[in-house]
Amino acid sequence: MSNSNSHDAAAAAKLHAVNQALRGFSERTMAWLFIAPTMLLLLAINIFPLIWTIYLSFTNFKANRSTLVQLVGLQHYQDILTDNDVWQFMQATAHFVFWTILLEMVIGFGLAWLIDKKFRGHSFWTTIILVPMMLSPAVVGNFWTFLYQPQIGLFNYIISFFSGVDPSSFQMIGDVKLAPWSIIIVDVWMWTPYVMLICLAGLRSIPDYIYEAAEVDRASAFRKFWTITLPMARPFIMLAVLFRGIENFKMFDMVNLLTSGGPGSTTELASIALKRVAFESWRTGYSSAFAIILFVTVFGLANIYVNALKRVKQG
Amino acid sequence: MSANISAHSVVAPTPLARRFAGAIVILYALVTMIPLVWIILTGFKSGPDSISYPPKIFFQPSLEGVCNLFTTRTRQTADYIATLPPAASVCDKIARSQSMVIAGPSNVVQRFTNSVIIAFGSTFLAVFLGTLTAYAFSRFKIPLADDLLFFILSTRFMPPIAVAIPIYLMYRAVGLTDTKVGMILLYTAVNVSLAVWLLKGFIDEIPREYEEAAMIDGYTRFQAFRKVVLPQAATGIASTAIFCLIFAWNEYAFAVLLTSGEAQTMPPFIPFIIGEGGQDWPAVAMATTLFVVPILVFTILLRKHLLRGITFGAVRK
Repeated sequence: MSNSNSHDAAAAAKLHAVNQALRGFSERTMAWLFIAPTMLLLLAINIFPLIWTIYLSFTNFKANRSTLVQLVGLQHYQDILTDNDVWQFMQATAHFVFWTILLEMVIGFGLAWLIDKKFRGHSFWTTIILVPMMLSPAVVGNFWTFLYQPQIGLFNYIISFFSGVDPSSFQMIGDVKLAPWSIIIVDVWMWTPYVMLICLAGLRSIPDYIYEAAEVDRASAFRKFWTITLPMARPFIMLAVLFRGIENFKMFDMVNLLTSGGPGSTTELASIALKRVAFESWRTGYSSAFAIILFVTVFGLANIYVNALKRVKQG
Repeated sequence: MSANISAHSVVAPTPLARRFAGAIVILYALVTMIPLVWIILTGFKSGPDSISYPPKIFFQPSLEGVCNLFTTRTRQTADYIATLPPAASVCDKIARSQSMVIAGPSNVVQRFTNSVIIAFGSTFLAVFLGTLTAYAFSRFKIPLADDLLFFILSTRFMPPIAVAIPIYLMYRAVGLTDTKVGMILLYTAVNVSLAVWLLKGFIDEIPREYEEAAMIDGYTRFQAFRKVVLPQAATGIASTAIFCLIFAWNEYAFAVLLTSGEAQTMPPFIPFIIGEGGQDWPAVAMATTLFVVPILVFTILLRKHLLRGITFGAVRK
């Protein structure tokens, strides 16, 4: 009893001391005390490695050898930007980004528009629709290889059920023509809910009185959609486009498990190519230069994204 | 009020349009659930049922997936199996019916524990640091606040593989490769940016007057933060924590490059649950199911704050 009392008293004294100490701090000191740990962590785990990568990108360092490190200047950057393979990876990435965004926008916006009609039970069904985007992309990529099996897979079975094509006559992930679409289908399945959710917020941000005014002017439904709904939801749509653009530009986990870049290099997106040179060929210097090029691209996109964020916030 | 009601009837969709919209959305929701439901079903199938053609919707439930997930087995001759004492458990029986003998437990429990420790550890740290930083950005005048906030957010946009190269070298140099501490620090750094942005939004919404009143009553700034702001921000802190938890739980790129055994989490482990001749689908599906269930629970808990979380707090309602 006395033990716990003295313990409490000690704790109280300690707390008092802390408070006394903090009372002495100016608000400025406290602000920096609150911010510093986060900044130190980010400096250690993000910025220091980034600077190291920049340095490595000018060297011929190989992480699995202990040979002397030599500076090679801009050699790697020159090699990368003139390498046909790299442009092929970029093309694969662009194809993936373009089609996923287009399909996700069309389906996502359509769904949001329908959900905004507020039918009975809409919030329950919205929650159901959101589930795929909460899952682990790696686990999703892995179980879709099962669904895409040519003979036994459910995906091929459903396609053949509706089209009459033999289910073992096509291979979604083994075929050069179909593989790029196999990753697009999974990404659209997974991320359409994301676009839907943001578009829904956009649609709900449009005040009713604007539609009422249009009603008074006897605007057609088509005209209302083009002159009110779309323009007013546009900042939100932009936000969704940019975010999906950035995320899919650096896509790694889902595709790595679904196709791991194959067949050949038809689905070898930038991040997967980067993983190969960095952790399979161990060309650390070269891959660092590649990483910097990717990072600069993403950073540019992120900059646009943050400006879009600000616009949405103000609107 | 009355104007509102009459106006509402002008723009409200007709009952027919509403029913039509509902039908399409429900159809989409049902179709979109098929892959996940199929995986959960596969977790309860026997090996042959899981790879039968045509795919089986109705089947005799089996514990093979559970057994294969939690054990490792070796193939033995029928003569050897006949010399063994009778099967002690259901899993024993299933293994012996396929002329196998259970050799020992698999790694799954350890990998699952790793996932739990790393996800909770990094979430706690990220939310702790994030709350302090968000409070400072919300309440104090910080020089270059906008630039610092953008810097914090931009770290989230780095391609994980690009960051992984130097982190791999750095961790190798200081011995953090394949350790839980290393993974916790890494995920904390990734999550803290989300935590700061989300929590700043939540704290911005708490009126400053509350703290000012408390400080007039004799509280220090720190006491006001602890006793007034923190309780007010509890919902925001909880939903931020769930977002961080989900990220760390689902993360794959860093995990696969920086862990291999000791600290390996579930996402890189699940694809390597192998039987004879490729992935052991009932066991993989069972692992996926167990791994996904917490996420389903969290999605339901979070549904009101989901929008906020996925847009870094930019879109609030």
